[in-house]
Amino acid sequence: MSFFKKLKDKFAGNAEQEQSTEKYKEGLEKTRTGFTSRINDLVAKYRKVDEDFFEELEEVLLQADVGFETVLELMDELRYEVQRKNVRDTSNVQSVISEKLVEIYQAGEPELNEIKFADGLTVILMVGVNGVGKTTTIGKLAHRLKNEGKSVMLAAGDTFRAGAIEQLDVWGQRVGVDVIKQAAGSDPAAVMYDAVRSAKSRGVDVLICDTAGRLQNKVNLMNELEKVHRVLGREIPGAPHEVLLALDATTGQNAMIQAQTFKEVTEVTGIVLTKLDGTAKGGIVLAIRNKLNIPVKFVGLGEKMDDLQPFDPQKYVYGLFAEGLDKEEEMEEDAADK
Amino acid sequence: MAFEGLSERLQGTMTKIKGKGKVSEADVKDMMREVRFALIEADVNLKVVKEFVKKVSERAAGSDVMDSLTPGQQVVKIVKDELTELMGGEQSKIEFSTKQPTVIMMVGLQGAGKTTTTGKLAGLLRKKHNRKPLLVAADVYRPAAVQQLETVGKQLTIPVFSKGTDISPVEIARQAIEHAKAEHLDTVIIDTAGRLHIDDTLMQELKDIRALKEPDEIFLVVDAMTGQDAVNVAQSFDEAIGITGVVLTKLDGDTRGGAALSIRTVTQKPIKFIGMGEKLDALDVFHPERMASRILGMGDMLSLIEKAQTNVDEEKAKQLEEKFRTSSFTFDDFLEQLAQVKQMGPLDEILKMLPGANKIKGLENAKVDESQMGRVEAIIYSMTKQEKTTPEIINANRKKRIARGSGTSIQDVNRLLKQFEDMKKMMKQMSGMSSKKGKKKMSMPGLDSLFK
Repeated sequence: MSFFKKLKDKFAGNAEQEQSTEKYKEGLEKTRTGFTSRINDLVAKYRKVDEDFFEELEEVLLQADVGFETVLELMDELRYEVQRKNVRDTSNVQSVISEKLVEIYQAGEPELNEIKFADGLTVILMVGVNGVGKTTTIGKLAHRLKNEGKSVMLAAGDTFRAGAIEQLDVWGQRVGVDVIKQAAGSDPAAVMYDAVRSAKSRGVDVLICDTAGRLQNKVNLMNELEKVHRVLGREIPGAPHEVLLALDATTGQNAMIQAQTFKEVTEVTGIVLTKLDGTAKGGIVLAIRNKLNIPVKFVGLGEKMDDLQPFDPQKYVYGLFAEGLDKEEEMEEDAADK
Repeated sequence: MAFEGLSERLQGTMTKIKGKGKVSEADVKDMMREVRFALIEADVNLKVVKEFVKKVSERAAGSDVMDSLTPGQQVVKIVKDELTELMGGEQSKIEFSTKQPTVIMMVGLQGAGKTTTTGKLAGLLRKKHNRKPLLVAADVYRPAAVQQLETVGKQLTIPVFSKGTDISPVEIARQAIEHAKAEHLDTVIIDTAGRLHIDDTLMQELKDIRALKEPDEIFLVVDAMTGQDAVNVAQSFDEAIGITGVVLTKLDGDTRGGAALSIRTVTQKPIKFIGMGEKLDALDVFHPERMASRILGMGDMLSLIEKAQTNVDEEKAKQLEEKFRTSSFTFDDFLEQLAQVKQMGPLDEILKMLPGANKIKGLENAKVDESQMGRVEAIIYSMTKQEKTTPEIINANRKKRIARGSGTSIQDVNRLLKQFEDMKKMMKQMSGMSSKKGKKKMSMPGLDSLFK
């Protein structure tokens, strides 16, 4: 049985699974047509697996923002694999590519793509550069957790950007959770202190803390973030239990430096990859997982409240290659008909 | 760090070539491979990279380069020329309508920085072009987008036209243009909602706004950190509504900003402004040749000089130079210097503009913490008048007092004193150097550690 088939069978028969697979397919529509059609073109163009084929495949991956080092590694492994399995026909190499992609995700520790909850109050800190979608993600995450039966509270820690507090407030109303806030321009660490206090006294399950967007090379802003992190830890031992870094999927290689720097300052525990419905690619996920070993926990696949999905590498690759799968199935059916 | 900057990579290759008396075809090929890697790592679109490498290789292989006395230098020049060309050649100006009001539309993906840029642009047009802008809040979708623009308007004291979120953006824009006419506001800047270039419904909305009164400028706001996709985004927006220019935001980050290189080549639309910070005056006119120079590590002296001219008092600068030469530089002068430097903008930005600054050891990683400047200031403020002019008299007791007064430690005070002495020595060396023209290796003791 082919790799695709195995994947599909894995998701079949489970309604909930299928529904979320659909979301992936929908959200990744653009990614898939961009990426997969390129691979299909490639396969059609080159009948034989030779250096020209590899060179062009390398370009396809580079254009998907996978990043130079990861691409080179992947190409080396592919060359080895192709040789080992004695693959000559390009149509067979497609499944080898997708296998490798999944493998890269799963290298190292097993993926933890769920929120780790503490015994009492769980504190989640959301960090990231400007405009990646931190506040929107918090809104969606709050909605998600509330649906799971948790009581949620939000802390408006972005006291800098104009309208940021109001934005979180609107999300709070939409989702139906309380928002702890102070006036614009106040010390974010003080807001956090306040928020933790009221979260404790009201006995909520989860406190999600928003922070202002900051470019990772601004030392004073990163110091401020470190202070916020420290204040949370002082109020509740072990807090923040999750530090989620929001990354814009359209971002190029700089995303890696973002992940690295934020990890150093706040011990990032997971990544939320936002705007994945918009970008034509999304290959940066590969590079991040490969290099930094920070799990991608959620992906943002749209603007609606329930468009935040737990990240699943297999589903992600399935989304990327769904086109290839459908074709393979058709071919198998055709063969069966005859 | 996994990545070196584009300029570092190119510089490394350039240095290799520069030293050669002869450049062979193999040398050019070697260099071009490095250029290719560097550009791809910098998020320059792959197609653009290919074109660029081909062009430069062709020119570099030409006989006028090979036969010249300094072929290495020639190649460097070609790379710089082509890079400038890639980013749009000459600097391009903003268009104003002869018929009032001038209409400017801001479009782009979510989170690119449209609203902030709208505010910055209005401030810049008022200051440099003497315009009377009206900001239009046409983002009715994102929560609190209208409030954000209103707050920005308040900070700048520039009027904002908003009609809440229940009316269609097209209608809001129409009313805003009427309003501007009635109020004699000559420039209408429409802040539209962030949207995906593949969202047909929302792209149609932009077309409808555009149809109201042909905008004089349609600026696509692009995040400088965007990867390979930048080209697709720019192309889609351009095909749908015909953009007239690009504003590149968040360029104060450590991205290598390959998007800047790609967009112009693919859309043939100029980059007009760049966002350099979160403050509302942090919008600069884009200068392609300066940017190319900066990428190649040749420094951005022109921008630095311009910044200095607007912020530094010439008389004072002369006095200061005199003081350097006679070594009568005191802590008072140092304070004044600090204040002037602060006015010029973020310190690390300024350092980056210095030619060769990224080659000074330790400086490439020198992240400047502005709050450290505050501490240095506090220490100096805690000195007596006499101590400031003759730091030699500062003994252990005085140090203790200064540390207590400034809320720092004796070590901090010691460090500052040591650095101040080093600096004085260096200044003397430097002013002596310029007359002798000696090729002494320049070092800046303490500069990199001063604000760490």
